[in-house]
Amino acid sequence: MTAPRKTAENATRVPVISAHGIGMTFLKKQPGRIETWLRALGAPLAEPQGVRALDDVSIEVMKGEVVGLVGESGCGKSTLGRIIAGIMPPTAGSLRFMGKEQAEMSPLERYRAKVAIQMIFQDPFASLNPRKRVAEIIGEAPLVHGIVDKAGLSAYVDEIMLKCGIDPAYKQRFPHQFSGGQRQRIGIARALAVKPQFLVCDESVAALDVSIQAQVINLFMDLRRDLDLTYLFISHDLGVVEHIADRVVIMYLGRVVETAPTEELFANPRHPYTQALLANMPRISTGKQAFGSIKGEIPSPLNPPTGCHFHPRCPFATDRCRSERPALRALGPHASAACHLAEESAR
Amino acid sequence: MTRAAETRAEPTLVVKGLKTHFFTEAGVVKSVDGVDLTVDRGEILGLVGESGSGKSVTGFSLLGLIDPPGRIVEGSIRLSGEELTTAAPKRLRELRGNRIAMIFQDPMMTLNPVLKIETQMVETLQAHIKIGHAEARARARDALGRVGIPSPEERLDAYPHQFSGGMRQRVAIAIALLHQPDLIVADEPTTALDVTIQAQILAEVQTLCRETGTALIWITHDLAIISGLADRVAVMYAGRIVETGAIADVVAHPRHPYTHGLIGSVPSRNRRGERLTQIPGMTPSFLSLPPGCAFAPRCARADEACGLLPELSDGPHLVRCFHPMDRGEPA
Repeated sequence: MTAPRKTAENATRVPVISAHGIGMTFLKKQPGRIETWLRALGAPLAEPQGVRALDDVSIEVMKGEVVGLVGESGCGKSTLGRIIAGIMPPTAGSLRFMGKEQAEMSPLERYRAKVAIQMIFQDPFASLNPRKRVAEIIGEAPLVHGIVDKAGLSAYVDEIMLKCGIDPAYKQRFPHQFSGGQRQRIGIARALAVKPQFLVCDESVAALDVSIQAQVINLFMDLRRDLDLTYLFISHDLGVVEHIADRVVIMYLGRVVETAPTEELFANPRHPYTQALLANMPRISTGKQAFGSIKGEIPSPLNPPTGCHFHPRCPFATDRCRSERPALRALGPHASAACHLAEESAR
Repeated sequence: MTRAAETRAEPTLVVKGLKTHFFTEAGVVKSVDGVDLTVDRGEILGLVGESGSGKSVTGFSLLGLIDPPGRIVEGSIRLSGEELTTAAPKRLRELRGNRIAMIFQDPMMTLNPVLKIETQMVETLQAHIKIGHAEARARARDALGRVGIPSPEERLDAYPHQFSGGMRQRVAIAIALLHQPDLIVADEPTTALDVTIQAQILAEVQTLCRETGTALIWITHDLAIISGLADRVAVMYAGRIVETGAIADVVAHPRHPYTHGLIGSVPSRNRRGERLTQIPGMTPSFLSLPPGCAFAPRCARADEACGLLPELSDGPHLVRCFHPMDRGEPA
């Protein structure tokens, strides 16, 4: 199978999603009515305490592109995925779908945008309703959204199931009668049933065994080719992302630290964190790997370090890194990184 | 060779024909069905398999941690020359935590949440040797320092919930190392951890095994970790070892079609964007295994001969297959 491969270059340059300056703060406690009222009047109250899960994050996904979003636990990658999928609103920043600001959309446009963006979750056991049959799980949404009528529903569900590699003969079964890999296929079928343009996959292959994972990754790639889909592929597994993505976005503690086309990022990582991730990624090789080139742990997002969030673990940190936050700057035709040192050496 | 030299040369662990079966209402589940393993002093053996291959049950069997309806029905486990399958429960209790230790996947489940780290470590020490509290505390502190926990003296007085996941796993490893055991069985200990934290722990485990001469069995589903960490690898499928050999040899020239498929399924091994080699079908249920080679229904090379159970071949690189791949075939 050697279909011509789409790259970021020949994909049409229309951002399906463009998010600018997205911020998301989860407050420790919700403000009461009096506090909200005082704030509205401009009373000088202290900033409410909370976790800044996302801090000024900007991301664009072009039509037909697969963007891999990589980061360790607590870096905000899932939060960003949920915001883009429209599951929760951000506390700051703007989100555009097909070039149109979400706040300016008419109710009908907003509804269409929501249907066009679908999400596939990590846990194929928790994300399917155990009391519904497969036919209902897949068929409910297209019926509600008027994509098929009652008469055509059965044939439509069969078609979607076939496309995702599940035998339509099993459509009267319940989720518990399937294995993990098959359930993930049901989750994918459910998302595809409303004919989305954009899929947000949040660790969608992480819970699967290696050989099953390969089957699902192949399915994602086939669907992309057949249905012209755009993906935001969220994962902690660099190997999977390297395989499937055109462009990679690396996040650390609520900020984007580097973004570049996949080949470039893996060949020439600019940010020290990306370099550490690549060095420590287990690879199948015939020689022993030297692990552990990076010290320390991910700091708590409740109390992030000053300046560059990575400086306490960075082997190259200078005084500037400790005090000044590095901006995400273009360091090549398609690549950018948020690092003072990478910026200086690029100059 | 003299007798003394022979006993000294005995590997840390020799497992022969181990069978652990679970007698359930639905039938006999043969989770481990004839497993042979040897691990030398200071050696790291990777035990690789997918979920439901019997790799964890093998690990539990080594420590005698099988509960009814499960039971070791056959085979022998010799730890430094001592037979474990026939050992009295009292003797097993003396050995566990002392000569043989286990690290589990979830450190929150192995650490007692209401006891300080110090209490748990001192308890482990005093269970096996006569030692005063102050001395035990000092040894516990050293052990914490060795696995890379910063300011171990203060951390001894902390509770498990005050540690992050990676630090908790380090504490579990420190406890396993307290008595410098002959063998540590580690069951997916880094699966729940982030890439950079996993790498730190792998680095420390590598050094510790080299320094103390402790043998290690690392149970995982991730061939990539094993290829960077282990000396030898054993690949399990449906309760049996299908291939075993030096890690570099198995990775470069897998001979069993299952190992071959497993390596092909790992994304980083493939060219970007190409289809991944996929093994058709899924891991079979233990209750409905085919009579011969368990992999035959998913195997492209299977024929009538595979209706019988193939034996493990001889040599340093063993394979359980009637139609193994040649060395020349690309991995």
